[in-house]
Amino acid sequence: MSRPATTPGTRDIELQRTGLTSALAETWKTPSGLWGALATVDHKIIGRRYILTAFVFLALGGVLAALMRIQLALPEARLIGPDRYNQIFTMHGANMMFLFAVPVMEAVAVYFVPLMVGTRNIAFPRLNAFSYWIYLAGGAMLWIAFALDMGPDVGWFAYVPLSGPQYGAGKRADIWAQMITFTEISALAVAVELVVTIFKQRAPGMTLNRIPVFVWAILVTSFLVIMAMPAIVVASTSLILDRLVGTHFYNPAEGGDVLLWQHLFWFFGHPEVYIIFLPAAGMVSTLIEPFARRPAFGYLALVMALIATGILAFGLWVHHMFVAGLPRLGDSFFTASSMAIAMPAGIQVFCWLATLWDGTPDFKTPLLFIIGFIVTFVIGGLTGVMVASVPFDTQVHDTYFVVAHFHYVLIGGAVFPLLGAIHYWFPKLTGRMMSERLGQWSFWLIFAGFNATFFPMHILGLQGMPRRIYTYQPDLPWHGLNLFVSLSAIVLAAGFLLFFINAIRSARSGEVATDNPWNAPTLEWATTSPPPSYNFAMIPVVGGLQPLWENRDALSVADGLRTDRRELLVTTLAEAEPQAREASPQHSIWPLWAAIATTIMLIWSIFSPWAVVWGAIPVAITLIGWFWPKGTPEDES
Amino acid sequence: MIRAIGKTCMRAMLAALLADCSGWQSALDAHGPSAVSLKQLIIVIVVVCSLVWMLVMTTMIVALLRRREVRPATPSPHRMTVAVTGAVVATVLIIGTFTVISFLATHALGVAGQDDLTIRVRGLQWWWGFEYIGPNPSDRFETANEIHIPVGRNVRLKLEGLDVIHSFWVPSLAGKQDLVPGRSNELTIRADNPGVYRGQCAEFCGMQHAHMALLVIAQSQDDFDRWSNAQRQAARQPAEEELAAGLQTFLAKPCAGCHTIRGTAATGKTGPDLTHVGSRRTIAAGLFETTRGSLAAWIADPQTIKPGNNMPMVPLTPDELRTVSAYLASLK
Repeated sequence: MSRPATTPGTRDIELQRTGLTSALAETWKTPSGLWGALATVDHKIIGRRYILTAFVFLALGGVLAALMRIQLALPEARLIGPDRYNQIFTMHGANMMFLFAVPVMEAVAVYFVPLMVGTRNIAFPRLNAFSYWIYLAGGAMLWIAFALDMGPDVGWFAYVPLSGPQYGAGKRADIWAQMITFTEISALAVAVELVVTIFKQRAPGMTLNRIPVFVWAILVTSFLVIMAMPAIVVASTSLILDRLVGTHFYNPAEGGDVLLWQHLFWFFGHPEVYIIFLPAAGMVSTLIEPFARRPAFGYLALVMALIATGILAFGLWVHHMFVAGLPRLGDSFFTASSMAIAMPAGIQVFCWLATLWDGTPDFKTPLLFIIGFIVTFVIGGLTGVMVASVPFDTQVHDTYFVVAHFHYVLIGGAVFPLLGAIHYWFPKLTGRMMSERLGQWSFWLIFAGFNATFFPMHILGLQGMPRRIYTYQPDLPWHGLNLFVSLSAIVLAAGFLLFFINAIRSARSGEVATDNPWNAPTLEWATTSPPPSYNFAMIPVVGGLQPLWENRDALSVADGLRTDRRELLVTTLAEAEPQAREASPQHSIWPLWAAIATTIMLIWSIFSPWAVVWGAIPVAITLIGWFWPKGTPEDES
Repeated sequence: MIRAIGKTCMRAMLAALLADCSGWQSALDAHGPSAVSLKQLIIVIVVVCSLVWMLVMTTMIVALLRRREVRPATPSPHRMTVAVTGAVVATVLIIGTFTVISFLATHALGVAGQDDLTIRVRGLQWWWGFEYIGPNPSDRFETANEIHIPVGRNVRLKLEGLDVIHSFWVPSLAGKQDLVPGRSNELTIRADNPGVYRGQCAEFCGMQHAHMALLVIAQSQDDFDRWSNAQRQAARQPAEEELAAGLQTFLAKPCAGCHTIRGTAATGKTGPDLTHVGSRRTIAAGLFETTRGSLAAWIADPQTIKPGNNMPMVPLTPDELRTVSAYLASLK
């Protein structure tokens, strides 16, 4: 709670501006050198790392996709054998879902949510550091296993019994299950940090109805993570137990149940789609304002649509199991709920169209990606309505139609807004602008390449081409479209390559950015590009939804925070009224040690159940070290 | 350049859509009542969705390109709210209609008439086992990877998963249904036109998921009766010396440990029943046309032809390979 005013310590208000910023810089700085880099708890440094790592995984997953397209370009090609191909498509799916899509959205949130709500660091910053190390370790484990020909080969959904002890030989399925453990730990940690940051660290005056839509989206997403992840924790843990100690959760011969796996997996797996999509929708609602040059139409409707999607997300998992043989009446219920989710999606699309209609569009790269998003996401949404219909689904389930559908939703619906957001927020990440010329080129290449690659897959699916096949026979009429798809993938790959070149070049030598180059309305643009270690010299006070448009010249600020220790302003949940000054932890190396100890325990436990016993000891030691009072100013309560 | 790509893309798609030969394994090439009604449903929903998409795109293009007055127009939040609300109501109506018609279609599919024929379908890594069940125990017989059905009659398939999950899918006749270990599912199919329809496992089932095809041969009742009577018979005793030598090899080598040839001492149950293997159109679950040569190639090196499958390479002398493949090809 807030300290009595007599406590020693200099307050921000007692210092001149220069004295203030140098005092804050001294308090909040990350120590230089390798040690500092490993011990940092600055959400911006960790967020940047997270984003960069996720994009590395995107590139790696893209290479896998290219390999698959080369193999499928011709019938009965012998370039990649079935064993390697099955590893490749499993890795592609697992990597893109668990190591790219979910983490990259959380990464953007880790960087931008504290800035957008006007605070100095994320809540639980050491947990944040820990979550990054765990994520990195899980990703590294998966890719090293793949390099050693031990990559999982049971699909990213790892259906039993194929992934069970009897049919999934070796350690491949265990690698998959343990990779899930790593990602769920890191995702849960980040979700908790974000919920607390959004609930308790908003700038004074940022009442619930003044929270930027992107931040709302992240709040809903974080709750989805917190509620959906336990299902996959249960699933992957019981799978490892089945494989390691013979628990028979999923063995029908011993009273286990095969469909139980599918229920648990999809109870997580379907909300997972919205864990990826909702932040992207939030990005669109936020980006559209500066590029339509007006506030987003229907703030309340947009926020309610996000919340409604989050709730409905838990009621549709069975549509992944329409051909598994569940009772038809029950299936129809899930048809209705799956169709219903088109409503909040539709509401958002209509609000974005209304915003564009009333606004004055500024056709910069981020807006192009938003337009590309609307074009493709509406297709993905409509094919989603199609597969929600039980009878329709019996023909297209597990075919290339579904491959086309979810790439439209995930690339069109999530990666397009993400790329737009990277172009938009690049100055805040690096202090430099991305090249507009290269940005436009990469947009058109990606947009054309994407549609030419994935649209024909709808037709292939209707023509009977199943998913997850490493080859097909020449007497089937699929080779023409497959060759076309593989050639189109070159265009798509070229677009992504250009994006990466643009990002790397611009980060090193792009035009230096001003504080608010897009004339955007939200708080992250109220500080320098990139922001200083303490984010804001004075905590801004918010009086509306578009604070920088409402008070162009001078934003009101709050004062009274100490400068000689890391302090945050805690505000009330609904009205964001100042409530307390709260200490924020300093850099610490212990999260790294804890992550290393956890990694050893988790990888060891693939091979022996005793790892959980003996491996827990180093984890406990590092946690004690982490929480041991060290007499730093932040420890004073 | 983009327009050129777009054009090529459109042309390829139109060609693909309009081409009559969408193949013998296509949801668009329907030959049974179930597949026909699914195709109608697919067409209705796709057409309505395409119209919705075009409407949204038109709105977006107008929104982006419409002429704007120099002075900012007075905002019309009220009219905009009405427009958005109208669009939402339209969405609700469309998805409500879709839900109802898909519910009705589901019901139509579920109501099968009298089942005339029952076949037990077993999915195994990576082939299909079929057991015809008739009213009398003597009616039953086994075959693999190929079923014959009489045109115009309902055929009830009892789907049994034995190892991992597979999915039975012959798109020209019906939608798919999974074979789940520990559960029994059913699917009724009917072909209204004679023909050969290809199907393929649709649920990822491991290494050779790509090579797990089956054929459904729909024929007239007379042809079907002739075929099923022939299938019921035990294998013909080899008369020629070469074929007799082939049978001897088959029994002496590990072959008989996994395969059954009714009428001989071979009674293995792990692999497909080979009693009339020579009468089937394909071997190795749709991999090759059945010929003496393809049989020899398959026996000589199954692991190169279909890597990972459960048939081991059995070392044979050239003579043994020649006779055993001749014998198997003769099992009509």
